[in-house]
Amino acid sequence: MKHLTDAEYKDLSRSEKIKYRLRRGLYHLKCFFDPSRVTDLEYLRMGKFKKIWYKIKRFFVSIPSKIGHFFVKVWNTIKKGVLAVKNEFVDIFTTFKEGSWQTKVSYFVMGFGNLARGQILRGVLFLLFELVFIGYMIIAGGHWLSKLTTLGTEAGQSNVYDPATDSYIAAPGDDSFKILLYGLLTVIFIIALIYTWRVNVKQNKILDKIVKSGKKIKSGKEDLHSLVDDQFHKTMLALPLTGIMVFTVIPIIFMILVAFTNYDALHDGYSNLFTWVGLDNFNELFSWSSGTGKLSAAFGEILSWTLMWAFFATFTNYFLGMFVAIMINKRGIKLKKMWRGILVLTIAIPQFVSLLYVSKMFADNGLINGFLLDMGWINDPIPFWTDPTYARITVILINIWIGIPYLMLIATGILMNIPQDLYESSRIDGASVWQQYTRITLPYMLFVTGPYLLTSFIGNINNFNVIYLLTGGGPTNPNLLTSGGSAGDTDLLVTWLFNMTTGAETNYKLAAVIGIMIFLVVAVISLVVYNLIPSTRNEEDFQ
Amino acid sequence: MKDTKKVKEKKVKKNRRHMSMKTKRRIGNTAIYVILAILIIIWLLPFVCILLESFRVDSPGQSGNVIPKVWGFDNYIRLFKESDFGRWYLNTFIIALCTAVLQTVIVLCMSYTLSRLRFKGRKLLMNVMLVLGMFPGFLTMIVLYKVLSGLNLTGAHALPGLILVYCASSGMGYYVSKGFFDTIPRSLDEAARVDGATRFQVFKKVIMPLAKPIIIYTVLSAFMAPWGDFIFARYISHGTSSGYNVAVGLWSWTTKTSIGTHYTMFCAGGVLVALPITLLFMFMQKYYVEGVTGGAVKG
Repeated sequence: MKHLTDAEYKDLSRSEKIKYRLRRGLYHLKCFFDPSRVTDLEYLRMGKFKKIWYKIKRFFVSIPSKIGHFFVKVWNTIKKGVLAVKNEFVDIFTTFKEGSWQTKVSYFVMGFGNLARGQILRGVLFLLFELVFIGYMIIAGGHWLSKLTTLGTEAGQSNVYDPATDSYIAAPGDDSFKILLYGLLTVIFIIALIYTWRVNVKQNKILDKIVKSGKKIKSGKEDLHSLVDDQFHKTMLALPLTGIMVFTVIPIIFMILVAFTNYDALHDGYSNLFTWVGLDNFNELFSWSSGTGKLSAAFGEILSWTLMWAFFATFTNYFLGMFVAIMINKRGIKLKKMWRGILVLTIAIPQFVSLLYVSKMFADNGLINGFLLDMGWINDPIPFWTDPTYARITVILINIWIGIPYLMLIATGILMNIPQDLYESSRIDGASVWQQYTRITLPYMLFVTGPYLLTSFIGNINNFNVIYLLTGGGPTNPNLLTSGGSAGDTDLLVTWLFNMTTGAETNYKLAAVIGIMIFLVVAVISLVVYNLIPSTRNEEDFQ
Repeated sequence: MKDTKKVKEKKVKKNRRHMSMKTKRRIGNTAIYVILAILIIIWLLPFVCILLESFRVDSPGQSGNVIPKVWGFDNYIRLFKESDFGRWYLNTFIIALCTAVLQTVIVLCMSYTLSRLRFKGRKLLMNVMLVLGMFPGFLTMIVLYKVLSGLNLTGAHALPGLILVYCASSGMGYYVSKGFFDTIPRSLDEAARVDGATRFQVFKKVIMPLAKPIIIYTVLSAFMAPWGDFIFARYISHGTSSGYNVAVGLWSWTTKTSIGTHYTMFCAGGVLVALPITLLFMFMQKYYVEGVTGGAVKG
């Protein structure tokens, strides 16, 4: 904030004066609410701990303004969106008003403009799309769409008396699952049509312009050629994006919709229809009253263990893996390749083999307990898998066993990239090994692997294999026995989700809700971390 | 006189310090060797145990003695004669082969486009992919299972279903490969474009020959993944033994009811699964290491 002298102030125009005073006022207001702010010079003079303390303080003080900024951003995005939609409509209208007759016809018969002007390929494609759409809507789409609001009204019955043949037959009824799926597909089809129609209008606008200026219109051959040249990305992305659309996007949207229905073992969709229930499932999950069998309590417990697990699993692996890499990398250690090779080799062995075997090793009658009992060091087997605390610790320990080779591999590559002269000069300056580690190695590692840490944290939140193959989620906790499938003390949200979708007590609605919750947790963590770690902001610091 | 004495003293001190540094380092190194040796033992022990167990012919007692009293190949023979293991193995092999080919094509298309072509909506596409990746992958299985079972691609016919599931969404795992393409200088493309090459020709004749390491990495990781996949395979095969892959099959032997009789067979199966993968891995370790470390740095 620049402070003007009186003379300068007098020179300002009226509106500038008001602006200046407003800004001054805001500045003072800021200082009033935020007394902790210091100038750069003062900051540089602070001691190390004071700096850290200051940063922490600043972080918390700045939270309200950050939230404010966020809302301003959201508001601006909404405004922009509304404006864009408005512009679209205006454009559609003006194109119609000013367009040629071919363009006007194209508003109803898609591709007509292209056909009339000799772009046969595009025209035929547009027209075909429209015809297919109309045909589909008449044959099936309308039917599914009309049932989408209720998800079916009549369940199928197995024994219905049929007077014509004098026998009992199965009467087919509605199938909620199919209605939801096909309804969703129909909605997506409609959106696709609207989009294509808009493209069609835009193309006609361009065609009008070309015709007016007397230039040549692109032929179908040129269109095809552009697919390997200017439009090559469309060719390349066609297959992958279709796969993602069909196998990821549509299922995810479907499952989000399921979260608002009562689809479970009791309402399977054909003999007992399911229907929309609004936010009931979320309410059930968040009704904060604890007690045995309460869903919200189970959810809280499992969520906290999931986060705890992800934290320990990520950071124990990270630091221990780095430690092993540093040990092997140390000058004077021989047979570096052999040490590394043996550890890396263990990566190659499929995880399920080692996990299942290790799980048996730690069982009550397993190898470890057998050995310890034989040696007479213990009198009773250690309850590795049957005691909640033991189970949790064992799972984390075994995860270290699984994870260290990976981290060692990654850390080795990065450690070798650290300029050796940094170490040389620090040694000459009399730095101890520990100082070298905390001042050179660790910052460098953290900087380079920041994004990796985030992805591995998230990977651990969803680490199905380790938990499921080791403990299967056990030991079962009576407090976590809910209607939504039973859960154990080492169950993560994902394994809980898995249990809900298999076995006798399928509870798809809850699985969908849990899935959304996992998404939210992951999204929030990623957002926060991405804003905190340096590697995403200034990429060239260490290059 | 005094001065020289001081100098001498200093020298001695220095010498002593030097000596102690040397011994210190030696002690440190020895400690590291000991730690490393212990680590290696811990890391290899379970695998050695599996190997030993797989040759055990006497009763499969789990506790105590690791070394079998009677050695033999009985478990391996039983594996193929008395169980579906051969079928599972073949299933997994077919899945892995198809996945390796299809997934490589898809991932390469995706990563090449996102890395080296500029088009409208590229950033948006990447952001959407990021958000989609935040949903637990398993969530989609509930719908996919129903749809696939409607198409009769589950249970005994799980193979095509599984291949579809593995490959269809594999475009979302483009990160490592994109990181590789990002490192190839853009001037190569531009030079070829100036010479009149189409974008397809640039892709085919300029970049692909340079992309050998990442192609090998992608093929390798795509081939190895189905051997260890449990969650999707179990869901799609849905309790039908002939549709299992090795992971689900061997897992089904470790349940409480069958662990007693199938324990040593499980170990033999584990060895047979781990063997080819390990050999392949050793063969292509260089590329794998490049891929993993590169991917980690790029995020």
